[in-house]
Amino acid sequence: MTDQTTPRIKLRTSALRAYTMLLALIAIWLFFQWATIDAAHPFGIFLGAINFSKLLQQTAVTGVLAVGMLMVIVSGNIDLSVGAVVGLAGGVAAMTQDRLGLAGCLAAAIVTGLLIGALQGCLTAYVNIPSFIVTLGGLQAWRGLILKLSKGATIPVELPFFRSLGKDFLNRRIGIALALIAIVLIILTNLRRNRARVKHGLKTIRTASTVMRIVVPSLVIVAFVVLMNQADGLPIPVIFLLAVALAGAFLTANTTFGRYLYAIGGNPDAARLSGINLKRYILAAFCVMGALAGLASILHTARVGSASPDAGTLMELDAIASCVIGGTSLMGGRGTVFGAVLGALILASLDNGMSLLNVENWAQYVVKGGVLVIAVGFDMYGRSKT
Amino acid sequence: MTLDMGQKLLRMESITKSFPGVKALDGVTFDLNVGEIHALVGENGAGKSTLIKILAGVYPFGDYGGQIALDGSARSFNSVRDSEVAGIAVIYQELSLVKDLSIAENIFLGREPRRLGIINWQELYGRAQKAIDDVRLRIDPLTPVRNLGIGQQQLVEIAKALSQNARILVLDEPTAALTDAEVETLFGILNDLRARGVAMIYISHKLDEVFRISDRITVLRDGQTIDTAAAKDTDESRVIAKMVGRAVDQIFPESKHERGEVIFEARDVTVADPSVPGKLLVDQVSFAAHKGEVLGIAGLMGSGRSELLMAIFGAHAGRTAGKVFVNGTLVQIKNPNHAIEHGIGFVTEDRKRYGLILDQTILRNMTLAGLRKLSGRFITDEDAEAAAGERAGNDLRIKTNSVYTVVGTLSGGNQQKVVLAKWLLTNPRVLFLDEPTRGIDVGAKQEIYAQINRLAESGLAIVLVSSELPEVLGLSDRIIVLHEGRVTGEFTRAEATPEAIMSCATGHARATA
Repeated sequence: MTDQTTPRIKLRTSALRAYTMLLALIAIWLFFQWATIDAAHPFGIFLGAINFSKLLQQTAVTGVLAVGMLMVIVSGNIDLSVGAVVGLAGGVAAMTQDRLGLAGCLAAAIVTGLLIGALQGCLTAYVNIPSFIVTLGGLQAWRGLILKLSKGATIPVELPFFRSLGKDFLNRRIGIALALIAIVLIILTNLRRNRARVKHGLKTIRTASTVMRIVVPSLVIVAFVVLMNQADGLPIPVIFLLAVALAGAFLTANTTFGRYLYAIGGNPDAARLSGINLKRYILAAFCVMGALAGLASILHTARVGSASPDAGTLMELDAIASCVIGGTSLMGGRGTVFGAVLGALILASLDNGMSLLNVENWAQYVVKGGVLVIAVGFDMYGRSKT
Repeated sequence: MTLDMGQKLLRMESITKSFPGVKALDGVTFDLNVGEIHALVGENGAGKSTLIKILAGVYPFGDYGGQIALDGSARSFNSVRDSEVAGIAVIYQELSLVKDLSIAENIFLGREPRRLGIINWQELYGRAQKAIDDVRLRIDPLTPVRNLGIGQQQLVEIAKALSQNARILVLDEPTAALTDAEVETLFGILNDLRARGVAMIYISHKLDEVFRISDRITVLRDGQTIDTAAAKDTDESRVIAKMVGRAVDQIFPESKHERGEVIFEARDVTVADPSVPGKLLVDQVSFAAHKGEVLGIAGLMGSGRSELLMAIFGAHAGRTAGKVFVNGTLVQIKNPNHAIEHGIGFVTEDRKRYGLILDQTILRNMTLAGLRKLSGRFITDEDAEAAAGERAGNDLRIKTNSVYTVVGTLSGGNQQKVVLAKWLLTNPRVLFLDEPTRGIDVGAKQEIYAQINRLAESGLAIVLVSSELPEVLGLSDRIIVLHEGRVTGEFTRAEATPEAIMSCATGHARATA
């Protein structure tokens, strides 16, 4: 360590898996694009603005759940109850919309998720019941509770603005404005970062590298917004997903909370002896998961247009699969928000693409299950070789 | 086949093995006679483990260069199984017993005596009893391995190997986790086995033990055989010189500690055993640490050394009583975070288990304990961390090309330095060191010793726990000795002799300065 090196991109195992999966995602997209070519669509349907917009809307709910799930899994735990929480919180929102109004019923959904997360987090962290058991119990109990509260009936969403959260689009001009703001922020953070490095006596990042760090994400953002505007504009649920993903990425990568989660999952003994309060941070992870499950329930209920007692069934498994496909270790300590959202996108792409091709239902299940196992299999193979 | 004592049993000739970018072994030659204990010594990375893995069939034939001859005929082991069938058994440092199975089940795991596919338990128990009689283990073979001490588990492994008719026994750091009494038992058994004609390869960092037990000693350095000599024809300093490639006349550097005021004091610390009601692990131990001074705590395993430090640090599971003063004020320490806030740092024993998150980077590990001070209460500052980490890495001479290297890939000595850096970055006033040089090579030990002295000279109070007596004697300005949870002796550097400390540590004598 005689010379001060600038941080290079380190391809850690989890990051490596995420990059491999990025390639896999592109391959999946190109395949579906090719497979959907027909006489009416000489370039294929899949990546067209309209279908792509739909694909992202389908990703939103799973993606939001995956971000929360990632934090729980990184801390060395699991949450099997999120599907049932989506059902319960969505039901609560639909049932309270008359009495509490729009803001009230949405808040009720998020608070329901948060309280459940807090309860399950307490039982895991402070009573030392394994999270697998706590949330397996939750999976059944919360589903039972919504059956009781709704008396088994499906409740339609009546408030128009509530519905629009799941279905509407952002005005195209606002979308462009958001893109410009994002680009300005990217430029500012990169410049600030170099000043900070000088202040701490570290080598500055090379100008070429700084330019790349600004240009590449900016181009992606512009391309994305232009594509979305070719359809109906940025879909509202996708805005939520992006916001949650950015917040989650910041929380895991740039806060003590995130750092401690990885430490707790990586080696709980070492974390405890380094002065970290394990219980508090595990509880916090479950609370974040719960609140995000509440948010996901709003997006889901709004998109479907009603809250049914079996809403959200098996969503926990999609969320877990997203994390794992994106490189998260179920042993804890490893995984990224980027990877988890990527995993959700892969699952949604498979759903969407196979539906376009009219693949039969049974085959869709088989393919999705196979992709999950193959993704982990490739990773294990790669790891054993190094 | 019976062989005469002293006859050549094994010869490994011109063994070469490369890993991508590194030549781990470069023409190593090693032989072993019937009824001989042949020690293999060398710094970490010298190639000992690689050589053993070739012998054990972990690296199959064709994966390495050179020849292995057993009883004079060339052999090629393609798997661990091949090597076992040829009578070679390796007892690894990390024991490979199934904890919840009994001794007898472990010994015959995978080769249970069967009749029509059904296990013949009576035969299994009978043969297991014979096997553990061989290693003088007087325990019911039905006892679960979990209930045994490390020393006893090791004997079970040896019994298992012998029951498979092993003729060559490889022991990798067999005494690393043993108490002195257990070492004696082990050596007694090794001597028995030698008399019965078993040949043994003995790998250890502890040279005094190597000289006690072995007939011949081979030194490896940088993948080459440096020397093979009869133990009686050489001595420790000559072996050390060959291991490090330079003469080590002074392992412990000269130190100029200036004793300052008392910065830390523990009074009547008592720790109850959480698993045995009524038993005390630490019984009314008091000590004070001065600025600029190294206080050594000596004691055998089980004397309560680590438990004492863990309890003061707020990290022991057992009920704890006693008072702790920092800078003369009484402080309450209920968890490690309180301890850190009061300026106590704790380089814990067993770095892989308690010290490091092995698949995270050097930087992440270094900044973990002091993160909030270094980086901000809620939002972290990557650059401030990197700057602090690079400084600490330079100060401690951690050998790596970047602080973004994953800690698990470093050598033991560098890993230990990362743990040390982690605690220095909390800006401590008193630093506890528990077994700071366990399992690292001589060169790295010397560097750690130099750092300990440097820190004391800079005014830190250091409390050093070590099971290596020379280390305690070589570094400490004062030494207290624990025996069964109580202080049985206190010495200044001038008064301390190995004999005096050992007699206090074994409970034979009490001494107070």
